[in-house]
Amino acid sequence: MIKGILTNQYFLLALTFGIYQGCKMLQRKTGSILLNPILFAIGLIILFLTACHIPYDTYHESAKLIDFWLKPAVVALGVPLYLQLSQIKKEIVPILASQMMGCMVGIVSVVVTARLLGASDAVVASLASKSVTTPIAMEVSQALGGIPSLTAAIVVITGLIGGVAGFKIMSVGHIHNPAAKGLSIGAASHAVGTSVAMERDEFVGAYASLGLTLNGIFTALLTPTVVAWL
Amino acid sequence: MVRQCFILFGCMALGELVTKLTGVKLPSSIIGMLLLTLLLKLKVIKLEWVRGLTDFLIANLGFFFVPPGVALMLHFNLIKAELVPIVGATVVSTALVLLVTGQTHQVVAKGEKKITHKIKDKIADKHNHHD
Repeated sequence: MIKGILTNQYFLLALTFGIYQGCKMLQRKTGSILLNPILFAIGLIILFLTACHIPYDTYHESAKLIDFWLKPAVVALGVPLYLQLSQIKKEIVPILASQMMGCMVGIVSVVVTARLLGASDAVVASLASKSVTTPIAMEVSQALGGIPSLTAAIVVITGLIGGVAGFKIMSVGHIHNPAAKGLSIGAASHAVGTSVAMERDEFVGAYASLGLTLNGIFTALLTPTVVAWL
Repeated sequence: MVRQCFILFGCMALGELVTKLTGVKLPSSIIGMLLLTLLLKLKVIKLEWVRGLTDFLIANLGFFFVPPGVALMLHFNLIKAELVPIVGATVVSTALVLLVTGQTHQVVAKGEKKITHKIKDKIADKHNHHD
């Protein structure tokens, strides 16, 4: 009877919305970036499911209604992109140069570091495309002989690192130009980084959605070749 | 609201169609996003026709990552077995991407500005000589 309630579709949806809202309010109250609501909501829901012995598949039956909006939400990023189009045209050279560099560094550094730290081949292949949005990352992972669902998990971890620490890392690294900040956070940590950037400033957010797009395209095109060299 | 949904899902559907027809290795959502930008640019779509829904989705972008993130629990064993390389490589690489992308943009943008200034100065010089 209780199990029936706990696995009810509306209950699991309400739980997801409720936990996220609670984490968001907590972050607003404390003002701490470390209390990232995405990170804490994921952690709390995993704890709840484990404690109640609810398998992931049961949860996903309900939660896929939320995942469904991920793709339309990426399409929606076309609006801020459109609004900054004339500004972007003026800066096309630095934008393309920085994205190209960021993409190459992202692939090479993650593969080399993972190998040095003793990762297995399947994990290395799953890591290579970690910086970009889930659908691209999973496809690249598949092509390289990685584990696509592990890649999806790593993509979320990467997004959270960028979302939580990204702006701090950039200020330590003397990156102060708002366009540069946006491009970096979008390139390094896809839509999660972009969502954090959007909350701070719409201008930075628009550049983040550009960074997410360009790094996604470059990664899809370049990763198989670059990993073959390494 | 209906029009907003129509435009957004329409772009998404066209994105799916393009990927199916051409076999291009890009996700349909990225193609849909570029399509939406293009349609706005060509004034086929007015900004106020989509603004409400897109603002809502963008404001809550992070939330849509919660369920895919919960899938982490499926890979706990693999992640635990290779925790150091996975987390180490991800942290190092994410920091490097942030720094290299941002620095490259700042340096190239500055360099480009200098070059265009020099060219402008030269043109101005020539004009002055002619005068």
